[in-house]
Amino acid sequence: MTLDELARGQVARVTGFATGDSGLEPKLREIGFAEDDEVEIVHFGPLMARPVCVRLNRTLIALRRNEAAAIEVSIG
Amino acid sequence: MSALRLALVGAPNSGKSTLFNGLTGGTAKVANYAGVTVETRSGFFSTAAGDEVELIDLPGIYGINARSTDERIAVDMISGRLPGVTAPDAILVLIDAATLRTHLHTVLQMKAFGRPMIVVLNMIDLAERDGLELDVPRLEAELGVPVVTARATRGPGRAALLERLAEEAPKWTRGVPDAPLTIPALDLKALQTDARRIARDATLHEPAANSFTRSVDNIVLNPVAGPLILAAILFLMFQAVFTWATPYMDGIEWLAGSLGAAVSAALPDGLLQSLIVDGIIAGVGSVVVFLPQIVILFTFILLLEASGYMTRAAFLMDELMLRVGLNGRAFIPLLSSFACAIPGIMSARTIENERDRLTTILVAPLMTCSARLPVYTLMIAAFIPNQTVWGFVGLQGLVMFGLYLAGVVSAVLVAFVLKRTVTRGAAQSLIMELPTYKWPNARDFFLGLWMRVAAFLKRAGTIIFAVSVILWVLTTFPLGADGLRQTIAGRIGSVLEPVLAPIGFNLEIAIALIPGLAAREVAVGALGTVYAVQGAEENTEGLAAVLQNAWSLPTALAFLAWYVFAPQCLATLAAARRETNSWAWTGFMFGYLFVLAWVAAGATYHIARFAGL
Repeated sequence: MTLDELARGQVARVTGFATGDSGLEPKLREIGFAEDDEVEIVHFGPLMARPVCVRLNRTLIALRRNEAAAIEVSIG
Repeated sequence: MSALRLALVGAPNSGKSTLFNGLTGGTAKVANYAGVTVETRSGFFSTAAGDEVELIDLPGIYGINARSTDERIAVDMISGRLPGVTAPDAILVLIDAATLRTHLHTVLQMKAFGRPMIVVLNMIDLAERDGLELDVPRLEAELGVPVVTARATRGPGRAALLERLAEEAPKWTRGVPDAPLTIPALDLKALQTDARRIARDATLHEPAANSFTRSVDNIVLNPVAGPLILAAILFLMFQAVFTWATPYMDGIEWLAGSLGAAVSAALPDGLLQSLIVDGIIAGVGSVVVFLPQIVILFTFILLLEASGYMTRAAFLMDELMLRVGLNGRAFIPLLSSFACAIPGIMSARTIENERDRLTTILVAPLMTCSARLPVYTLMIAAFIPNQTVWGFVGLQGLVMFGLYLAGVVSAVLVAFVLKRTVTRGAAQSLIMELPTYKWPNARDFFLGLWMRVAAFLKRAGTIIFAVSVILWVLTTFPLGADGLRQTIAGRIGSVLEPVLAPIGFNLEIAIALIPGLAAREVAVGALGTVYAVQGAEENTEGLAAVLQNAWSLPTALAFLAWYVFAPQCLATLAAARRETNSWAWTGFMFGYLFVLAWVAAGATYHIARFAGL
């Protein structure tokens, strides 16, 4: 599954990236996402909830839904 | 030996400016490099051994893939690719100790440049308070470069860095590389794996994420409460600008008035008295009076940024900005533009997508900058009655709010149109770190505020001073001219009159708009001078009262509408030219603002006349 499919508060681990040729992977990696990192959606943005606020280990990152969909995760 | 040139590299929230201000005492000089969109701050400090170091502050970066303009600047600077600028002798990489694991790969990327370097783990006090325990000697051994911990806000917290620099710097080979350094092509995934392993080895105990930040975010980022809190903060900010500043503004006005009266009494009637009282004091005084409002506005913006709230605001605004075709990140440049479009245009650099960045730059001047406040305040005081409507809302405040709103609404519309025409392109990513909440550092705050106040005063003391004097000359000579139209200024204004008459502007306005090209608030000083010279002896009443008699209400409203769009600010145009690196876009910006200003003023004038105002 991907990060955007998590429910709020559900903790998961990053397993890989499914960014295709969008060039998102290096951006996501440089801001800190990597395999085995702990992630959790902590907030949804207002209105259509398109931006999500994600906890990545001990930091908080704001992402759009489509960007969160590029991060593969597994629960447990 | 010349000073060691040390580049300061770090992620946006690692405390770079705090370390920079702490080390250099804030005595930074800003360097512009011709031809490139670069502006870096640099300052000097001494190591514990007394060796001099020049610290070069680079934009905050997460890596070296050079996607945003900021990242490109930093990478070009480090690798010596900027024309006429040599590569720094060494690199200081700053990391927030609390996020070591997530950011350590930056150190490995920097290391790959092969330059001498030192790693500083900042905010160690906060990280340790949260329960983080690091094995620094282990980290140093694994990385193979010197590592020190620091608390950049305090002198003792920086001592370890100064001592270590004194030890290490003499060992570093100095000298300029013959060719620009190769930008290392690294496999990010492998790099991260390495960085994670090193961080794990060096971390003795890692606590959960900051619980204070989490509790605050539960309220501040709540989908319902969050936007309401943001609206309340913005409302408080503008309320403060207009009400808290009043007593101080009255004080400055009184000072300028007394000064003028004292000079009038001390000097004999004549040209010299007229120059000083009508030219200089009336011109400069009418602008300096807005200092309190500018101080309050920048206070809010600096505190919102330093506390960590500004990125939350960008997160909350992303949805709305996306609808317009912009990006949540554009919220920060646009909010700064309420103070001044120049820092706003410059902070658009954090936007990676060139088209989004361009759109943000183009609409930034539509945000009501502080230089328009003098114009609005003056016109409202003169023409809008001080009464309450609907029982509790002040009409004057309402009009001011309407003018701000008009700016925002037109920015939205212009961005919407631009994104569908000239700056069309794919939507860019948001991907933005939200820092933990921090108590703003007093030194950073006061230095930041002082820099902005100094820039305003410098402008009042130079450009506005010069314009006031020149305008006094132009409106006074030839001596014995029969009315304003016969003076030099009148003749220049007459040329512009045919363009401006259809939108209800009189000769005085035409004259005031010319020097107003230098900066928007100059128009107020210019009107002050134009009417002061005309008014001769009985110039005891304020400019507002003079305008009340001289202008019709439709003209006044048209003048306000003009200033919602007013293209004239040379400094903004210069900043846009530098940041877009294009005369065509700069010309486009001036052109569209001029057309909008002219149409809006004309429409306002004719509608107001038609309505019988």
